[in-house]
Amino acid sequence: MATQRTGDLGAKAPSMSASIVFRPIPEELELLSALRRRDESAFSRLVTAHHTSLMRVARMYVGSQAVAEEVVQETWLGVLKGLDRFEGRCTLKTWIFQILVNRARTRGEREGRMIPFSAMFDAQSEPGEPAVDPSQFNEHDPEWPGGWVSQPRDWGKTPEQSLLSREFRALVQAGIDTLPPNQKEVITLRDVQGWTSEEVCNVLGVSETNQRVLLHRARSKVRQALDRYFAAK
Amino acid sequence: MNPNDMSCKELVELVTDYLEGALSPADRQRFDLHIGKCDWCKLYVDQIRLTIQAAGKLTEDSVDPRAKNELLAVFRDWKNS
Repeated sequence: MATQRTGDLGAKAPSMSASIVFRPIPEELELLSALRRRDESAFSRLVTAHHTSLMRVARMYVGSQAVAEEVVQETWLGVLKGLDRFEGRCTLKTWIFQILVNRARTRGEREGRMIPFSAMFDAQSEPGEPAVDPSQFNEHDPEWPGGWVSQPRDWGKTPEQSLLSREFRALVQAGIDTLPPNQKEVITLRDVQGWTSEEVCNVLGVSETNQRVLLHRARSKVRQALDRYFAAK
Repeated sequence: MNPNDMSCKELVELVTDYLEGALSPADRQRFDLHIGKCDWCKLYVDQIRLTIQAAGKLTEDSVDPRAKNELLAVFRDWKNS
């Protein structure tokens, strides 16, 4: 499926998916046949598993929560209608999100928004900013060229608990929100949703390397945003 | 510093490749050697790890029941069509 879809995404198929033959796990086959039998509880499980992620991903492309809801509902309908044609060349999850991303992108473009389009990203031709401000390094130190000028700011003890605090979550979200659309797309899927790089590449039609470059730029900038917060504290 | 040693400036650009397991064996070794003796870079890598962990705490947990009921209605329409 991934290799077929990338045609309409205007990108080359990621090399990973082309070379590895995908074999669905038994649970997935069971779920698929239950869905094809029109089993409501199977559909309900699928919704529970993916709906909130679909909403979050849709929000990256469209202007409002209401439009995201529409796009996600259309996606679910598209899934139901496409079930009998689904060939199982990728996971159900990948297939569902490919449908969503295609629809959400189209919708966002129609709204005239700036749409993340990682498939078009080329790390070679789009140099990014350094992960850390170059003034933090001493280029000409005779003993340690390129070493830190001084110790990076210590964030102090940041126990698990404080990662969950409303304030800290808002801060991380704000850091993500200010990223360029491509970077935001990749970090949201990888680090917020916890997807594997292969899933991200398959859904977005981006190469492994470019995915990693976008992720690197995104994580570095969010770290900088957190660092500024600790500086002001 | 040996010419083959990794500098701190180089390390901060390779941290994602390192965490993703995408470094060549040679670079991985250079990275490990550096981090083994540079507390400041270790601190930096810990902050990147914390950033990743913090992003992972942003997911919502449960489906809005209203949305779910609407979708089940969509399902029944489709089933009966």
